[in-house]
Amino acid sequence: MIPELGHFALILALLLSSAQAVFGLGGAARGNAAWLAAASSAVVGQFVFVTLAFGALTWSFVQRDFSVLYVATNSHSELPTFFRIAAVWGAHEGSLLLWSLCLAGWTLAVVAGSKSLEAPFRGRVLGILGIVSIGFQLFMLMTSNPFARLIPAAPEGLDLNPLLQDFALAVHPPILYLGYVGFSVAFAFACATLIEGRLDAAWARWTRPWTLAAWSFLTIGIALGSWWAYYELGWGGWWFWDPVENASFMPWLAGTALIHCLAVTEKRGLFKSWTLLLAVSAFSLSLLGTFLVRSGVLISVHAFATDPARGAYILAFLAVAIGGALLLYAWRAPRLASSAAFELTSRESFLLLNNAFLVAALSLILLGTLYPLFMDALELGKVTVGAPWFNLMFLVPMLPLVALLGVGMHAAWKRGVLGSVKARLWTAAACAIAGGVLIGALAYADVRPMAMLGFALALWVMLSSLLIPFGRLRARQTLPAAVIGMVIAHFGVGLTTLGITGVQSFKVEKDFALAVGEAASVGGYDFRFSALRDARGPNFTGVEAEFVVSRAGEEIAVLRPQKRLYNSGGNPMTEAGIEVGPARDLFVALGENLGQGRWSVRLQYKPLIRYIWLGAILIALGGAVAGLDRRYRKPVPARISDTVAASVP
Amino acid sequence: MTPRRKRLVAVLAIVAGVGAAAALAMLAFRDNLLYFYNPTQILAGDAPSGRQFRIGGMVTEGSVQRMPGSLEVRFVVTDYRNSIPVRYEGLLPDLFREGQGVVAHGRIGSSGEFVANEVLAKHDENYMPPEVAESLHTPTPTRVSE
Repeated sequence: MIPELGHFALILALLLSSAQAVFGLGGAARGNAAWLAAASSAVVGQFVFVTLAFGALTWSFVQRDFSVLYVATNSHSELPTFFRIAAVWGAHEGSLLLWSLCLAGWTLAVVAGSKSLEAPFRGRVLGILGIVSIGFQLFMLMTSNPFARLIPAAPEGLDLNPLLQDFALAVHPPILYLGYVGFSVAFAFACATLIEGRLDAAWARWTRPWTLAAWSFLTIGIALGSWWAYYELGWGGWWFWDPVENASFMPWLAGTALIHCLAVTEKRGLFKSWTLLLAVSAFSLSLLGTFLVRSGVLISVHAFATDPARGAYILAFLAVAIGGALLLYAWRAPRLASSAAFELTSRESFLLLNNAFLVAALSLILLGTLYPLFMDALELGKVTVGAPWFNLMFLVPMLPLVALLGVGMHAAWKRGVLGSVKARLWTAAACAIAGGVLIGALAYADVRPMAMLGFALALWVMLSSLLIPFGRLRARQTLPAAVIGMVIAHFGVGLTTLGITGVQSFKVEKDFALAVGEAASVGGYDFRFSALRDARGPNFTGVEAEFVVSRAGEEIAVLRPQKRLYNSGGNPMTEAGIEVGPARDLFVALGENLGQGRWSVRLQYKPLIRYIWLGAILIALGGAVAGLDRRYRKPVPARISDTVAASVP
Repeated sequence: MTPRRKRLVAVLAIVAGVGAAAALAMLAFRDNLLYFYNPTQILAGDAPSGRQFRIGGMVTEGSVQRMPGSLEVRFVVTDYRNSIPVRYEGLLPDLFREGQGVVAHGRIGSSGEFVANEVLAKHDENYMPPEVAESLHTPTPTRVSE
């Protein structure tokens, strides 16, 4: 009964999304205030019914209702309650429902937070969000209904994939989706602007906090995914350039370009059509990412849906949504000419370069991700683009980007004057280079030029970021939230650079065959295999090894990696033993019994890896702080005085 | 500089930048593209001898041999028409099993066997790499010409 109610709620939500689209866009076109009000009400109703549908599915999971096909395929009676709830979005159908719920939530937030927007503009924004919502709800109802019944009911569920039985499943997808879907707001703002054909500073001021919020969620979501891959899926790797990782990283790069570009549009009224194109692109890449993941079109470990009907639907939806938005852009954007002069070393120039490098990085990743698809379609052979290609190509735009970042954030608008900061920047650069060379040369056994460069860039960005609050406080200037956020985020970029440099330059990974009592040495640490015993959990059994880690005879840690066999059957699972530290992680994974009492083990030394995620947290925090700046909460004046755009007939 | 000249310089700079990036990307592709071959194609001599590529198929039942107490493992990959022996030293992924699909990176060794430096794990035990599924279900051009 409950699943049917959920199904019914989903159908009602689809009807309300349609009402939202029709009343929003139609009301704005006809200037009908009643229709516009109805669009807002439809949003509230849509949110309520999507939440009900989501609640119904969760209830079916908690109650172990194996007469629901989706529950039967992704749950098990022994699965702990926590994972039964997280399992709601553990596979295709449920994750779409989560997508839809996120979209409904963001739309509701737009309704609540946009009271001061002009009613027709607001109606258009809601209408466009309604169209996106229709797309996803129709997709679920037509091809991937999470409430489909299994009759007769299965006596027992097939269980949630053991790899997903982890705390990270509870947090990674929802936060990632909040980010993905959050770009729909900037997308809707951009489309509504293109329909109206005018863009002013107020528009940019409106779009910035929404974009920052979505971008911060996406940052955390990606970092969580990387951390999860590190300790659970990837045997100690933290980024694989897997198509699905790329699918989340490309909207992030577009979003990063967008938040920087919005600053120029707000302050100087420049780059308007470019900003709109980025807003459209960021969400289009989110949709493309969903397509890449869900259609199984790419060779990817995440591609659990391989159903041509779904692929065809998403392709059609992508064509309508992205194609429509780009057509609208091509038709309307030429009206939004912006003209203002700026000098070569002004902040505008630096932000332009920032955008150029970010878009270059994005294009390279897009090329590498889609290249196998083109090759396959043209029957030129089945290829994959290896991680070394991405590693190399990503550095090409990133090195100048990070180097210029240190100068760019000090540059003044319009005129390229660094003033008194110039001397301090030179000092910071000298310190960074000296520090980078010293760390690169002395801290680790190897001397590597690339590591020196990476450390120097990391120090440069961190020092340069810190100069801003330092300089401002000394000059007794105010420190608005937007500036604090920028400093935190850029400092985070430095930390992440530090972590990536450390781990990519000096990591050690080795496989050994060890028996109890034997030892192996990796990265200057001795790992002694001291014991092997049985392990038991709520729904698994297995073995647990014990490794005593020591350095120069001094014991540092005891690690207990496990090999688990879940009661529901399937393959064994590896749980790594990790010793976390500020300077390095030590990582032990247990392989298999090799016979003669030996086990295969992978021992790893991962210097500075924690700073990758710590930096990402700071980046997201910076975005959140900047988004809370007071000037975004001030009521927006009617769009008359500061309208710099061409008028619309 | 006149605005017109400025714009010209900017356009030229962008064209040069994009061109250089594209050239570099393509150049790097040459070394980092991994082509996929099934055992039949390899035995027909389609696979490159000097460079890395990917092999895929099913692990033949009963073919997995361990050198007791060492990390070295040998198994046979088949597409049900032809088979090729594979040698690998290191940890096998959790989802590696006899009778299941597998993808390995590596190159052809001196004695004709495939020396793998990476054996791929997949998230789902029911999941089969798409190119493996395809090469098992559709006759390859090599076979047609036989």
